[in-house]
Amino acid sequence: MKSIVPILSVLAAITAIWYAGAIWMNSQWTLDQAKRAGVELTLPEIVKDTLSQERARLPAPHQVLAELWRTTVEKKITSKRSLVFHGWVTLNATLWGFALGVAIGLSLAIAIVYSRVMDLSVMPWAIISPTIPIVALAPMIIVVMNAIGVQDRLVPKAIISAYLCFFPILVGMIKGLRAPDQMQLDLMKTYNANLRQSFWKLRLPSSMPYLFTSMKIGIAAALVGTIVGELPTGALRGLGARILVGDQFGPPIRIWSALFAAAILAGGLVATVGLIQRFTLKRMGMSR
Amino acid sequence: MIWLMGAILFWAAAVWLNVWLARSRFRGTRAVRIFVPFLFGVTLLVLWEGLVRGLNVSPIILPPPTAIAARFAASTGVLWLDFVQTVVKGALSGYLIGCLAGFAIAILVDMSVFLQRGLLPIGNFVAALPIVGIAPILVKWYGFGWESKSAVVVVMVFFPMLINTVQGLRAAEPMQRDLMHTYAAGYWKTLLKLRLPAAMPFVFNGLKIATTLALIGAIVAEYFGSPIYGMGFRIQSEAGRLSLDMVWAEIAVAAIAGSVFYGVIALIEKGVTFWHPSQRG
Amino acid sequence: MNKDIVISAKDLDLTFQTNDGPIQALKDVSLDVDRGEFVSFIGPSGCGKTTFLRVIAALEHPTGGTICINGMTPDEARRKRAYGYVFQAAGLYPWRTIAGNIRLPLEIMGYSREDQKEHVRKVLELVDLDGFGKKYPWQLSGGMHQRASIARALAFDADLLLMDEPFGALDEIVRDHLNEQLLKLWARTNKTIAFVTHSIPEAVYLSTKIVVMSPRPGRITDVIESTLPSERPLEIRDSPEFIEIAHRVREGLRAGHSYDE
Repeated sequence: MKSIVPILSVLAAITAIWYAGAIWMNSQWTLDQAKRAGVELTLPEIVKDTLSQERARLPAPHQVLAELWRTTVEKKITSKRSLVFHGWVTLNATLWGFALGVAIGLSLAIAIVYSRVMDLSVMPWAIISPTIPIVALAPMIIVVMNAIGVQDRLVPKAIISAYLCFFPILVGMIKGLRAPDQMQLDLMKTYNANLRQSFWKLRLPSSMPYLFTSMKIGIAAALVGTIVGELPTGALRGLGARILVGDQFGPPIRIWSALFAAAILAGGLVATVGLIQRFTLKRMGMSR
Repeated sequence: MIWLMGAILFWAAAVWLNVWLARSRFRGTRAVRIFVPFLFGVTLLVLWEGLVRGLNVSPIILPPPTAIAARFAASTGVLWLDFVQTVVKGALSGYLIGCLAGFAIAILVDMSVFLQRGLLPIGNFVAALPIVGIAPILVKWYGFGWESKSAVVVVMVFFPMLINTVQGLRAAEPMQRDLMHTYAAGYWKTLLKLRLPAAMPFVFNGLKIATTLALIGAIVAEYFGSPIYGMGFRIQSEAGRLSLDMVWAEIAVAAIAGSVFYGVIALIEKGVTFWHPSQRG
Repeated sequence: MNKDIVISAKDLDLTFQTNDGPIQALKDVSLDVDRGEFVSFIGPSGCGKTTFLRVIAALEHPTGGTICINGMTPDEARRKRAYGYVFQAAGLYPWRTIAGNIRLPLEIMGYSREDQKEHVRKVLELVDLDGFGKKYPWQLSGGMHQRASIARALAFDADLLLMDEPFGALDEIVRDHLNEQLLKLWARTNKTIAFVTHSIPEAVYLSTKIVVMSPRPGRITDVIESTLPSERPLEIRDSPEFIEIAHRVREGLRAGHSYDE
């Protein structure tokens, strides 16, 4: 674990820079207030004030952590202000979107690898798909869903989430399904294996490492997709909604705590996929 | 009725043609490789038009492609203004700054093993985060103009660029680095003549990812406040007014902008990394 | 220090610290190589032959003993660009033409543009690759890659050539051809060559001196001065002297337990 010391040092440096930044950015407000009250402040007093403002331009780390604590541990989970509740809403949509994205990505990958027509006609569009900013579609998807009577925000969020994550999974699976070299495919032929057998016994197992790598990217993208789906249209529930509320009504520290919660969620999701990856690959003898 | 029948017939014919082409002896040619997906796309458009008109779908749910095209043609002035605001001023400037910064910091990180061990895991973590979430904060700091959008793009683009460049700088094989050592070539000569060229495939991978992120960042940032033009702004306001044909027209502009941007980088990549197996087919 | 001794090693020791404990790659290696000699190092994997070559090239550092290259430490010799190194794989840069690859050391060492051109032309002709200067590595065969790699090592004027199993990845027919060419090259350029191989016929065919090494720990078991004439057509490999020397090499390998598990 020789990386622990460097990682901790870099984190410490980032925290130090953050505090310095907070002091600097919030000082304008402090000095203005002091001028209005006609008071002269000493440096330690300025520093203390910049690190505890309610509507700070840049909240200090301890302020964010305090807010995070307040809205997760100290609030009832069913409360509308609880980040655990909102986190769950976002997580729910993310998991659905991810599942949808994996399903689409997997089926398309299999179709493309096994069907020449699909390969020629769909692959170029799949490659272009991430260059089309799905975020542009987000407000529209929600409006349309409303118009056809789908009230639950889960569906549009899951769709946007699936769109953002299906492409890395598609690419990863295609690479994986095509990973066995000609020699191994020929061996299967000498066994007179049919398509189904060579898929289940050779191609699918060989693609596992690629699948998991792309799932890690995919689940992070799915989370981004959910939050993006929550942002632009006055959503009421979910971490993106909290960011929106923090932005429109304040105090701004709500945005920060929601972002931290999203970061923790992202880290947790990727780590979970990583654990599943380690476990599965170990059982298949593929771990390095 | 006619619309539905026509669309379905067209679809059937197109599928038949594509299947035939994919099996024919022309299937490896450039012409077929461009025509088949093109026909696929056209078929989707025809199906769309046919289904929308045939089933009388309301235009506030899904307008037909012809209506969108008409609205597009009628609004080129507005579309252009939005495009310049979002893509040129917001996305492009942020892209250039973010990619350059990512590249430069990667070279700095490369010089220090300590930084590599400390910064990279953190960089990997941050790259997975929903960075778009900081858009409201940056809009608060930098105002409604294109500067805040550019700032969002810089942050979104920086980390993938950093990670990809660092990975690329590791790409030169130890044997080639030994060779440089036998020539008594110093750090900078080795960097310039060996490690940077070897890193190019990775650098361009990062640049391509960055193009999609730049557009997303610029548009989402506009949802949080912008002057009365900009693609994100237009989409939001027109969606609110239920004029979905304008929304789709903007989406079309976004799609074209995104693909062209990506395509330009891919073209430059072809020129710079002509030697890489992936470019030689 | 006799000016004509190019490589002088005395009681060289090199111990690697690995996860499985220390490994003694070289033990008490002592050897003198004179100017103009063609020395082969032969032995199984782990006998230290490549390690010894890398010590000469200052790519590894001994943990005991001394070694002098041209009267200097290996590192000084490296900085004075006293040798050219040919690796097992050609390691050509795919983004440079063959001529561009050969120019690489010349650019780094600060040769003028005209000198670069001249050296590249001369050396391409030496390895029989003239006309291929403008091609890219992927357009050439494996044998040509190695020839280009040798050309690159000859491009700048170093008297010592260090070659680490350069023909190992090629088939026997190409190998024979390149062996012949290498001998002709050696005759024309009068360089001192240290050549690592695990092929007995190759070692006997090419060298004036054969150093037999054995593993665990890496050491020299025999040094054979070749009695073969300097004119060596390929057919010499069927001659009795050749077979006798090859026999002696094999005996040396057996004595060093090279054939044991």
